[in-house]
Amino acid sequence: MEDGERIRKCLQCGTCSGVCPFGYFMKFPPSKIIGTLRADIFDLVLKSDGVWMCVSCFACTAFCPSQIPITANLMTRVKEEMLIAGTVPTELQVALANSQRYGNPMGESPRKRADWISGIKPEVNLLGKTKKPVDVLWFVGDYASYHPRVQSATKALAKVLNALGVDFGILGPEENSDGDSQRLAGERGLFEMLAEKNAKVFGKYQFNTIITTDPHAYNAIKNEYPRLGISFPVQHYTEYLVERIDQLKALMNHEVKARVTFHDPCYLGRANNVFDQPRALLKTIAGLELVEMAHNHTNSLCCGGGGGGMWLDGFQWEKAHVRLSDWRLREAVSVDANILAVACPYEAPRFEDAAKTMQGADQLQVRDIAELLAEAMGL
Amino acid sequence: MSQDIYVLIEHLQGRVADISYTMLAGAGELSKAVGGDVVAVLLGHNAKDMTGNFAADKVLYLDHEKLAEFTSDAYQKVLTDLISKDQPRAVIFGNTSIGSDVASVLSVRLRLPLVNSCRSFTNDGKYVSQICGGKIMAEGELPVPTALVTMVPGGYPAEQGQSGEEPPVTEADVPALDALRVTLSKYIEPEVSDVDISKEPLLIAVGRGIQNQDNIELAEDLAQALGGVVCGSRPVVDQGWLKTSRLVGKSGKYVKPKVYLAMGISGAPEHAEAIIGSDTIIAINMDPTAPIFNLAKYGVEGDIFELVEVLTEKVKQEKQPA
Amino acid sequence: MNIIVLAKLVPDLVEELTIDESGAALDLTFARMIINEFDDHAIEQGILLKERGGGTVTLVVPEFDGADDVLFTAAAKGADRLIKITGDFIAANNHALAHCVAGLIKDSQANLILTGVQAHNDLDGAVGPMLAESLGLPYVGYISSVAINDGKVTIHKEYPGGLLAEMEVALPAVLGIQVSEEPPRYVAVSKVRQAMKDSSIEEQDASDLDPDGGAAVGRMFQPEATSHAEMITGDPEEVTDKLVSLFKELGVL
Repeated sequence: MEDGERIRKCLQCGTCSGVCPFGYFMKFPPSKIIGTLRADIFDLVLKSDGVWMCVSCFACTAFCPSQIPITANLMTRVKEEMLIAGTVPTELQVALANSQRYGNPMGESPRKRADWISGIKPEVNLLGKTKKPVDVLWFVGDYASYHPRVQSATKALAKVLNALGVDFGILGPEENSDGDSQRLAGERGLFEMLAEKNAKVFGKYQFNTIITTDPHAYNAIKNEYPRLGISFPVQHYTEYLVERIDQLKALMNHEVKARVTFHDPCYLGRANNVFDQPRALLKTIAGLELVEMAHNHTNSLCCGGGGGGMWLDGFQWEKAHVRLSDWRLREAVSVDANILAVACPYEAPRFEDAAKTMQGADQLQVRDIAELLAEAMGL
Repeated sequence: MSQDIYVLIEHLQGRVADISYTMLAGAGELSKAVGGDVVAVLLGHNAKDMTGNFAADKVLYLDHEKLAEFTSDAYQKVLTDLISKDQPRAVIFGNTSIGSDVASVLSVRLRLPLVNSCRSFTNDGKYVSQICGGKIMAEGELPVPTALVTMVPGGYPAEQGQSGEEPPVTEADVPALDALRVTLSKYIEPEVSDVDISKEPLLIAVGRGIQNQDNIELAEDLAQALGGVVCGSRPVVDQGWLKTSRLVGKSGKYVKPKVYLAMGISGAPEHAEAIIGSDTIIAINMDPTAPIFNLAKYGVEGDIFELVEVLTEKVKQEKQPA
Repeated sequence: MNIIVLAKLVPDLVEELTIDESGAALDLTFARMIINEFDDHAIEQGILLKERGGGTVTLVVPEFDGADDVLFTAAAKGADRLIKITGDFIAANNHALAHCVAGLIKDSQANLILTGVQAHNDLDGAVGPMLAESLGLPYVGYISSVAINDGKVTIHKEYPGGLLAEMEVALPAVLGIQVSEEPPRYVAVSKVRQAMKDSSIEEQDASDLDPDGGAAVGRMFQPEATSHAEMITGDPEEVTDKLVSLFKELGVL
């Protein structure tokens, strides 16, 4: 196990298990797993299915005083063992099989991956068709490409990029899932397979830098792909846009009068320390009042979608009868926010879903930063 | 040799299956083009009284105690004998647990061409089959000399295969049925401790679109508010989110409610064939190209999660006394 | 127990299907092929029987794009022998496949042959019963449970409405699997990749692929919707209001 030595430094302080949002539903939360390793009874962990409550939110890793990379090197490894043994909840199984077969966990036809671009002018550059070199390769991602709700945010971002005159292109049907959530759900082999496929496609085209809609793709391309020999400069779209903040501001002609609170995506914030850029973008919008929720920045609450969580909803509901997205939404409501701003494609559907059944949340809107920027720019 | 159309009647535990009537209806249409008689072929034991409402020109009844209930081996032997002797123009089987066990075997044994998954016949006697989940239709001449055809429901209403006049019954010889390689030990009934959805007038059906077990509650709430019963398609039942007794489909129950509200159901043929008897089908689905919209009378292209709870609330309000 | 499983690949319905120039057949040039779902269950059932009672599982797959993946995945699940039948199966129907496979396995001394009860492109019938007859073996289809005891096999056959028939079948026999007793297991990609290194696929040539036995197809077409639902439109408020009125009209409210 990589970094396995670090696990020896565990103080058994229990912070990880305490800060874990679902720790109390696991028979073996992180500190206990380390305990079983030490007592040589690790096979007990494999017999329990509690590890599938882990949403890879990185909280344990962020707060461990011994700086053990718990998420990636312990929880993920346990999931890998469970997968090899064949103990996988069916929902997750389907998402993994779909990722392998269709390059996306939803099981949608790869040919339809760029269908969202219809109607956008100037037309979004599909590299497979035009084969032109571009400055920026926009790695769109699964949910941003296919999910009807998220497509509006994707379109908004396309319009913003067009308005800024960015020379960008997308891979469309040639793009495969970044694979990061699948990796964290225990499918190392699948992740490598998807990375290899993407690397081949990257190799076909000329571009200077990559931007992603999705913090998970950002994390994969920035931190994991280089280990496989696939190295490209990459930014999350918020980082890229903040570098052009003056240009953006000059193009804004609408107010967005609202009390807005920003939800830090785990893989942008906690995992990669990108906290200020999204907030800077929001602050450029006239009329917008930015407030913080009780949990913010490093101790933000996870929406529950990571580490396979997007595909374990039924399983996690049956164990917990609470949803992390509900918890987070309640925080947004309690700071009297009108808008919950997000920057990850997993979030809008998860939070809007939660808002449907939550009292006091019927007036709360969930909007991606791209959508808010587009609105402020009158696009 | 004749131009007659034979129909293998399907029955289980004393009841004639609906597919038998669909086949008789199809045979009736085919016989108009081909010219022969519609002959209902009934294999059974002390089962003559089943024939009363067959829409057929005559019935061939083959009685043997080993034919009391269906087994593949016995039926294959009897039909091999019958078809070799009579050489009809066509033999129609159900594309079912009974018919499919027999038809393809006979095709090889008797070297007779087989047309599978036939839905209907054209006016000039061509077969029209559906394959690939109903996405593709294949049409062609009925092969010679004797065509074996398996039929699926959907092309003809069961009523078209029923008649007020009882057809004449002739008994035919049954060959020796020793050394059968397949024997029936017993039937295992499904759990009865639940509603019989095939008798319910209002069904709220959920499919893959419901996404997970806990969302079934949404359907339950709506059903309760409306006074209906929740049922589901195969994916939902296979996951264990609904009991098997609530399965609507080819391998579940065929239903004929007044109103069938299909939520998040795509309308694949195995499900479609079980609901076409409904008076009114209303479908809610996010995908505007879902086949269910070709079956339903009313449709909503929408997200069930945006609609169902609101709908339930409104229904509850309507039901409250003013 | 010497178990043989026959699995085939069929066009994946997630993609659009197209009809070729002749107008009477599917154009498979760009079709993505996927394992027939029922055959996947047959493989699982075979592995389960081996795990319970010992023996070997041989998987036979006709040559199609994706056949190797199907074979190696089965090896990763526990299949012992992998056989790919080489030949041009694009135009072959089930009669041809059954005849060909029968020729290849007739001397194999298999006790039990499993295959999926049907596939969605079975225009000329199902391959399982045809294979059985070509080998002179008994056949039962729509199976949801298999228990081997002493030269016979006890099976559950599914009928509509959840009714099951328990039957005894003399071995050797061919069974058409509807659903395996456990859902087909997941096998990690890393395990399949390992299987690609550790196992090998035997290729056997298809003797002759005589497509006789089906009916000639005059034309294939995509069904036009003969009718379409009357769509109820609007935002959720409007739609639910209209549905309530509709319920009242239909007499259920």
